[in-house]
Amino acid sequence: MTEASLYLLQQLINGLTIGSTYALIAIGYTMVYGIIGMINFAHGEIYMIGSYISFIVIAGLLGMGMVALPVILLIALIVAVLIASTYGWTIERVAYRPLRGSNRLIPLISAIGMSIFLQNYVVLAQGARDIALPPQISGGWNFGDPQLFEVSLSYMQLIIWAATFVCMTALTLFISRSRIGRACRACAEDRGMTNLLGIDTDRTIAMTFIIGAALAAVAGLLLGLYYGVVNPFVGFIAGLKAFTAAVLGGIGSIPGAMLGGLILGVTEALTSAYFPSEYKDVVSFGLLVLILLFRPSGLLGKPEVEKV
Amino acid sequence: MLQIEKVNTHYGPIQALHDVTVEVKKGEIVTLIGANGAGKTTLMMTICGDPKASSGRIVFDGEDITGLPTSQIMRKGLAIVPEGRRVFARLTVQENLHMGAYFRTKAEYEESLSHVLELFPRLRERFSQRAGTMSGGEQQMLAIGRAMMSKPRMILLDEPSLGLAPIIIQQIFEIIEQLRSEGVTIFLVEQNANQALKIADRGYVLENGRVVMTGSGESLLTDENVRKAYLGG
Repeated sequence: MTEASLYLLQQLINGLTIGSTYALIAIGYTMVYGIIGMINFAHGEIYMIGSYISFIVIAGLLGMGMVALPVILLIALIVAVLIASTYGWTIERVAYRPLRGSNRLIPLISAIGMSIFLQNYVVLAQGARDIALPPQISGGWNFGDPQLFEVSLSYMQLIIWAATFVCMTALTLFISRSRIGRACRACAEDRGMTNLLGIDTDRTIAMTFIIGAALAAVAGLLLGLYYGVVNPFVGFIAGLKAFTAAVLGGIGSIPGAMLGGLILGVTEALTSAYFPSEYKDVVSFGLLVLILLFRPSGLLGKPEVEKV
Repeated sequence: MLQIEKVNTHYGPIQALHDVTVEVKKGEIVTLIGANGAGKTTLMMTICGDPKASSGRIVFDGEDITGLPTSQIMRKGLAIVPEGRRVFARLTVQENLHMGAYFRTKAEYEESLSHVLELFPRLRERFSQRAGTMSGGEQQMLAIGRAMMSKPRMILLDEPSLGLAPIIIQQIFEIIEQLRSEGVTIFLVEQNANQALKIADRGYVLENGRVVMTGSGESLLTDENVRKAYLGG
């Protein structure tokens, strides 16, 4: 292989890694939008909180002298998912549910308020500076030609791919096969009718917030470990990126969010590979503008023709 | 089975129902007729708790359900075939039927399913197809089937014949009579007053949110005023 193609391969690996985590976060945006038609702008903060909690748990367990890394990570994952889900549920309960039935703009403003509140609450509790965690998972495979360009695929990247794959498969099965998943889809289509079948749709809505938050927490743990640092502001930008991914794939569509995340991640990686890396965000958000202008329904969000 | 006593319903400042009193006895088919905008659908939806009655009382099977949330009311043995059918277009026929039996066990689901598919063989043919791809008549059958899946003691039907071909309408009315013969109480809202009154034990006429007349299906069919207003002379 030539140097250029090895270089490209490396960018694809990096892009798919970041893209996977965008996809995980994007699910929360797309599911909530699908069911109540609002953008939960506080969702990026859930990811940030998930990252903080995993850092705190990992540092705490290491400090207590625990050495078994898989166990530490598993505990961090469980704690982060549980706490982030509680946040997701609480946000819906206090900031959105009381506003249900009001103008669409109102919960949106509430969401922005919630996002600012959570960000500043973490600043107060944890400080505004970066918190770093020494790399926990190092090593990987190197291949390619040492003379030209050596491609590296780290174990951490593999873990991110695997974890994302597992989460997405589980989510897909849950939504398509389970009784609650069926109710989520019915609710997304006609909430009033779902209610008329005796189903408490407030609980179904709460469920989507919990699922979205849990996946964001998984992304928080993974990206936290990948970058090794977290600060109270990471949620804002990651949230916007994931939102872009959700819109790119077609907001409301779960496969769309997955695809959108991967495409966005790869696009960013390629941009920073061939242009100054500052252009990365310009390209991402430029992409958002273009989609909104020319294909607002996204790649997979095309509404099905319905007979009446 | 269902008593609606002096119910008033408001949409914001607009009053849609005025002191409506209606009774449906066990095993009856009772129909509610009236012009567009008379409040028929509002009355149906008020029974389901969405919107809620601003005053008055709704009693189902001896229990006051007036203030209850919709999801609780609909778990008490009451099911609705709403106006416009409202099947879940992106769900398959099977999934739609499953949604109707949300709170029932697997065995109960299977039992109701075979009954519904026996009544509507078309749904068996379309079983794995998305509901949105079916014809209006098939969707109406699905909406009725979905309501039956919870094995309700009473079914509310809101304009089941709307927009359907005459031959399908005939089938739908036959199904309604079949349901009654199985012991299900029926409250039927119809613009197709002629056909509705023919199968109804009793009927109510709603005008501008008020009950203006009531009587047996037969007596309303032959009533001069009803004939003029709703049956085309």
